[in-house]
Amino acid sequence: MSGTFLWYATRGAGLVSLVLFTAVVCLGILTVGRWGRPGWPRFLTAEFHRNLALLALAFLAIHILVAVFDPFTSLGLTAALVPFSSPYRQFWLGLGVVALYLIVAIVATSLLRTHLGHRTWRAIHWLSYAAWPIAVAHGLGTGSDTGALWAWLLNGACVVAVGGAIAWRIEAASAARAQIEGALPAATRRDRPR
Amino acid sequence: MTATATTATATSDRILGGPPYAAGAESFAEHRARLGPLPTASAPDGFIETLDRSGLLGRGGAGFPVGRKWRSVAGRSDGHAVVVANGAEGEPRSAKDRALMVLRPHLVIDGAVLAAAAVGADDVVIYVGSEHRAAVTALGRAIAERPASHDPIPWVVEAPVGYVAGESSAVVHYLETQDARPTTVPPRPHERGVRGQPTLIQNVESLAAAALIGRRGDAWFARAGRDRTPGTALVTITGPVRGTGVREIEYGTTLRELVADAGGLTAATDAVLIGGYFGGWSATADLWDAPLDPASLADRGLGFGCGMVAFLPADACGVWATSRIMEYMAGESARQCGPCIFGLGAISGALRRVAAGSPGDTDLDDLIRWAGQIAGRGACHHPDGAVGLLQSGLRVFADEFLLHQRTHRCSRPATAARHG
Amino acid sequence: MGTALRIDRIRCDGYGMCAELLPERIELDDWGYPILRPGAVPERLLPLARRAVEVCPVLALTLTPADVTERGSGGGRPDLTDPGR
Repeated sequence: MSGTFLWYATRGAGLVSLVLFTAVVCLGILTVGRWGRPGWPRFLTAEFHRNLALLALAFLAIHILVAVFDPFTSLGLTAALVPFSSPYRQFWLGLGVVALYLIVAIVATSLLRTHLGHRTWRAIHWLSYAAWPIAVAHGLGTGSDTGALWAWLLNGACVVAVGGAIAWRIEAASAARAQIEGALPAATRRDRPR
Repeated sequence: MTATATTATATSDRILGGPPYAAGAESFAEHRARLGPLPTASAPDGFIETLDRSGLLGRGGAGFPVGRKWRSVAGRSDGHAVVVANGAEGEPRSAKDRALMVLRPHLVIDGAVLAAAAVGADDVVIYVGSEHRAAVTALGRAIAERPASHDPIPWVVEAPVGYVAGESSAVVHYLETQDARPTTVPPRPHERGVRGQPTLIQNVESLAAAALIGRRGDAWFARAGRDRTPGTALVTITGPVRGTGVREIEYGTTLRELVADAGGLTAATDAVLIGGYFGGWSATADLWDAPLDPASLADRGLGFGCGMVAFLPADACGVWATSRIMEYMAGESARQCGPCIFGLGAISGALRRVAAGSPGDTDLDDLIRWAGQIAGRGACHHPDGAVGLLQSGLRVFADEFLLHQRTHRCSRPATAARHG
Repeated sequence: MGTALRIDRIRCDGYGMCAELLPERIELDDWGYPILRPGAVPERLLPLARRAVEVCPVLALTLTPADVTERGSGGGRPDLTDPGR
């Protein structure tokens, strides 16, 4: 295998995993925001989110392993496991390692969800809102394609997708809260007249 | 509301026995002089069996046998159980618990301390509604009056205002976290309650009765009671009756006898709400000669509950009255469970429209359907009580409901004008 | 004695995924909240029941031994023999 091939493989796998994780984040937001269409059962959104996350993880693994074992890059395992330890684009590569750890924590706790309980699982799952932008930043900072139009468009599309999903979620949540508040009369909290 | 009753001789040595009510709280000295010392030393040996034999039923509304309840806590206690005297009295038209705490605070404290000895508790809490200032004050003074002993010193916790604040899981939740909303059970308070300890949550009237049984025994207790349940109970009468307020009656007293004892009616009435908002409506015609006894009332599909007896004047509309109560019950939801939030919300909305004479086409049918759907599907029994009240109203005021739904009219228009 | 489904009514937020996966045992009321059929889940439906337990976004569903009496786990009259009331 030529060095160039491995280099393309790393970048390719990285971009694919970014797109997949973007979809995973959007699906997660749609799940909790109860997005629904007639004929589309909600459990499919939830299970799709889960299965796609595992697929994204597979591509992430390829991205990392190819990068680490590419003789041309001489990154080595340490670079992948210890954040900010590689001299090559130290900061931006380091971000990738941070994102990796966050993702591992999120996926591991999700697999053990029923044993951990909802509160613990949820606290860690919220780290997705940190993991994803860190991954995007890592991609922009280390990617040799940064600067190319298509790279900007791709990253832009990902940001718009997640941004849109978050905006939708905030609106849906306030509508749901209004619905609950409007459902009941206010508590009168005083003795009724005899 | 304060107690205004003159008790019949059968109840003169019972829960509200002693000095006249106008005299206010009975002091510790008077209490001891009248009743003698409380035998807490003998409590652990066999007192729970005595309670079983007495047949004492809980007075918070559920009517659960008191002996059995104490046993379920005693069996799990390692000496650090908790006793909570529940005087929250969330039922708006019941006043008996606060009357008892104001007039006979030492009897309530006696009962709580006796329970602590019997179940192996080292912490005694008296849970009183914060808006019932007279009761809070009376209990505080009474606790201060008591001489030091090796019994745990009770302390008063002021409960938030609200219907569900006195529900047992809400009591535990409040004592632990200052949040008086019910929680999911299991674990139940007698298994794991305050600080993880087995917790006895007992109504103050039940404790007062236990304190009397502790001194006089179960045979004495069973001498009162004219029907199937032994003993006496406190009831709160409201409505067009001369002597409204709290009185003590022997179980088995008929509704007619109760009203006569209370000075008679001041206006015609044909419906009565028995047991609380958690109870049910009945036509008075069906109930005048019914013994006010938990067993006999249960046979009629009603419950003694917290002893509330609220008469509806004949010129008042039963649909309106039911609607106002459901509005209150919906407002009192802890807002934790969907079926309660949306179910009671929808019910109170539809009822409001039916009562006002402007119902939607499906309102009455919806009410009947929702009443079947919601019961049992909340974390606590609040929606069950509300729905039970609705169903009894649909039954007792059936004609009036049909009139409102079909013709958009009310046969008692004076109600609408008076209550808006 | 079999396994039964139990709902934590406070945690339940009406997502309704359980009813989509297990319509034989779970129905939704007018507001999207589940009504459980009481009793043990039949053997053949247990895999779907487990899937429903896992998919619930708030983990409100659990599977428990069927002889434990629960309040608020389905429908019906309150259990007045329960000393915890």
